[in-house]
Amino acid sequence: MSNTLSFVRTEMLPQKTPPASSVGLQGWLRENLFSSVGNSILTLLTLGFLALILSNILPWVLFGIWDAGSLTECRAMFAERYADGREYACWAVVTDRWDQLIFGYSFGNLHEGLYWRPIVGLALILLALSPILYPNLPRGLYIATAASIFLYPWLIWGGSIWGPLTLALCIIAAVFAYRAVAKEVSSLIAIPASLLVLGVLVFFAMSPVSSGLNAVAPIELQPVPSREISGFVLSITIGIVAIVASLPIAVFLALGRQSNLFIVNKLSTGFIEIIRGVPLITLIFVATILLKYFLPSSVNLDPVVAVMVLVTLFTAAYIAEVIRGGLAALPKGQYEAADALGLTYWQAQRQIILPQALKISIPGIVSNFISVFKDTTLVSIVALNDPLGISNAIRSNSDWNGIVWELYGFIAIVFWIFCFSMSRYSMSLERKLQTGHR
Amino acid sequence: MSDMTSPPKQSFKFSMLLYDSRYRGITIQIFVLVMVLGSLGWLAGNAATNLAALGKPLRFDFLGDTASYDISQRLIDYKSTDSHGRAVLVGLLNTLLVAFMGCVAATILGVIGGVLRLSNNWLVSRLVAVYVEIFRNIPVLLWIFVCMFTITAIAPQPRDFRGDNATASMLLNDSVAVTNRGIYLPEPLFSRPLGDLNLGIFNMSIELLVLLVVLFGGVYAARWNNARANRIQVETGDRPDTTWANVAIIVVPLLAALLAMGFHIGKPELKGFNFKGGVNMSAPLIGLWLGLTLYTTTYIIEAVRSGIQSVSKGQSEAAFALGLRPGRTMSLVILPQALRVIIPQLISQYLNLTKNSSLAVAIGYMDLVSTLGGITLNQTGREMEAILMLMAIYLTISLLISAGMNWYNTRVKLVER
Repeated sequence: MSNTLSFVRTEMLPQKTPPASSVGLQGWLRENLFSSVGNSILTLLTLGFLALILSNILPWVLFGIWDAGSLTECRAMFAERYADGREYACWAVVTDRWDQLIFGYSFGNLHEGLYWRPIVGLALILLALSPILYPNLPRGLYIATAASIFLYPWLIWGGSIWGPLTLALCIIAAVFAYRAVAKEVSSLIAIPASLLVLGVLVFFAMSPVSSGLNAVAPIELQPVPSREISGFVLSITIGIVAIVASLPIAVFLALGRQSNLFIVNKLSTGFIEIIRGVPLITLIFVATILLKYFLPSSVNLDPVVAVMVLVTLFTAAYIAEVIRGGLAALPKGQYEAADALGLTYWQAQRQIILPQALKISIPGIVSNFISVFKDTTLVSIVALNDPLGISNAIRSNSDWNGIVWELYGFIAIVFWIFCFSMSRYSMSLERKLQTGHR
Repeated sequence: MSDMTSPPKQSFKFSMLLYDSRYRGITIQIFVLVMVLGSLGWLAGNAATNLAALGKPLRFDFLGDTASYDISQRLIDYKSTDSHGRAVLVGLLNTLLVAFMGCVAATILGVIGGVLRLSNNWLVSRLVAVYVEIFRNIPVLLWIFVCMFTITAIAPQPRDFRGDNATASMLLNDSVAVTNRGIYLPEPLFSRPLGDLNLGIFNMSIELLVLLVVLFGGVYAARWNNARANRIQVETGDRPDTTWANVAIIVVPLLAALLAMGFHIGKPELKGFNFKGGVNMSAPLIGLWLGLTLYTTTYIIEAVRSGIQSVSKGQSEAAFALGLRPGRTMSLVILPQALRVIIPQLISQYLNLTKNSSLAVAIGYMDLVSTLGGITLNQTGREMEAILMLMAIYLTISLLISAGMNWYNTRVKLVER
């Protein structure tokens, strides 16, 4: 028996190192770039393409001039420094005018020393967003969220602080009115009743109270007219106002579209589909041209505010669809459990449905914010001074007449930094929510 | 006990409108309806008062007035003595033209890009990813400006083509001229023309009509031929080869018709300060087309990528196990299944592209917004009518596109399962 087994190894062989062609840099190259003949050709073609593009763009970017007073000075310096007679980037326009492009005329050149207002405003907004975007942070930060809604417009438009504060007080009063009526009579009557209270307070009590308070304790910032808000501050302000103001509208539209009530459902669906079916530029035309017809002739409409209103409605229709997706994605058991507990419709929405639906809608809302932020460039068509509008104004100055790529490049880079970071955040959140929710 | 099984009949009380869930819905709906109609009525009343005060009642007869502005890029005949209505029609066709061109180009580039994005070649997939991230995160208006400026700044002027020491030359055997005013392409001409068919709104060339009839006849005959081949295959088990017969059925009559009508190609020629003859694609059209395409392509790449990734890996492994090559696996197994995910996203991108084409107004391409919402509005002062019409037309286009694509979407779904 034993002689049939010729040899059995009793100890393990030491592991061999993998062949040199499959590890390290060589292995990586082989696997990822040159795995087959076709792939190798593709790689070489791509490398050639990249080399062609970069060899044309990089010298232009890197050999550019950062300190010059005008385009003619730039050209003189090119001729002086580089013998090849080629033109490179004249980044001097960015050094000269970056403050206008970012802060606009309002906080840039005209009123020196107002930089801090949009900066503090943006910091406030980031602080306000942090508890929503990063749920681990302390809940107390929601106070900052509520405060920033009133403080950001104050920082941008200036004027007396008592205006926004009394508005906040009116809203708080309306909330108390809602609670009181809901407790005493009915939650159904409470909604119109609280809206009535809010309207009465805003129309009749707000301006005397705020001017009275201002007479007692004048806390004022230098007012900035809407027309002077420009540059990236304008883009960011329109974007933030649109998102914040559209969220409540969007929630109601989404609930309306999911509702069983025929008229409510059809009205919400009709509004959403009409807004989504027309280009934003037509709505901006409505804001700047038509809106004054739809209001009593006594109302003096500010074009920037009008654009904000229409952009808000536009955003609301899109976000309503995102939230509807969130509502539809909730498991049916959540709705049934709420019914089984005997909760009323609004109780169920507030305590159970909306917190979950809104949470899974956040990535969609962020991507909507990105597109609204990008779409704010459209206001340059109706002669508001967003960064593109300002770039035209800079170009019409005789110092910088004929400069194009540098300005577009700078604007593009700023937009890109904002949008790319937000989209990365949105993607990471999506990944986190996917594992958390299902 | 009988009281327990049959509940007491309640008489209707007014408070039930609020507290009884059977009636509460009606109360809410009536309340909402009254509020909405009230606000709409208020807005409309204001508009009526304001317009009456300005002496501009809501009337659309300005569409019949003489437009008296020129549109260089057009698909149908138009001269400045034509009416505003016709100018609007030219603008609408221009919108549809750039939207169609953009959708086609973005789809082709997007599908190629989406496949390359998932390529196992690291460099290629990274490059596509970088392209997507760069173009998607910068406003489309900026891209349109950049494309427009690239054309006007880099392409040669028409005068550069002139003379013995011309600095620019035409491409493809002197048939295509790329200038900073646009691209001039060769046009089809017929030496034995059949004339035009007056359709009221525009003239349809009969040659094109004949060619279309011949083409559709050929396709129909080829389908009949395929059906015959199917029948023979069912009866005998052998399928006759139809490829060459089909090609002949479609191509030969088409060639015959072209020859009979004396088809030849008309090349653009430099006359005076500009090129004459040929088909002209103006610089704004190309700039808008390129800008929209480059921007929308990124979204289609992502749509295609997510669609392909949604097909389970087993499908491609099964296809490889059957011995299909990667290319055939992609076209026969993965893409048809990925379409279910891709098509809905594609619909919304087509819609976005069509709506974004309204940015034409920023670079002077005479689309619907530039004609109706631009020059016509400024000349006639009919803001209310012009903008309402503009919105209504875009809404119609959007609804038609989404209806058509949804119809296609359901078909794809039915075919699949």
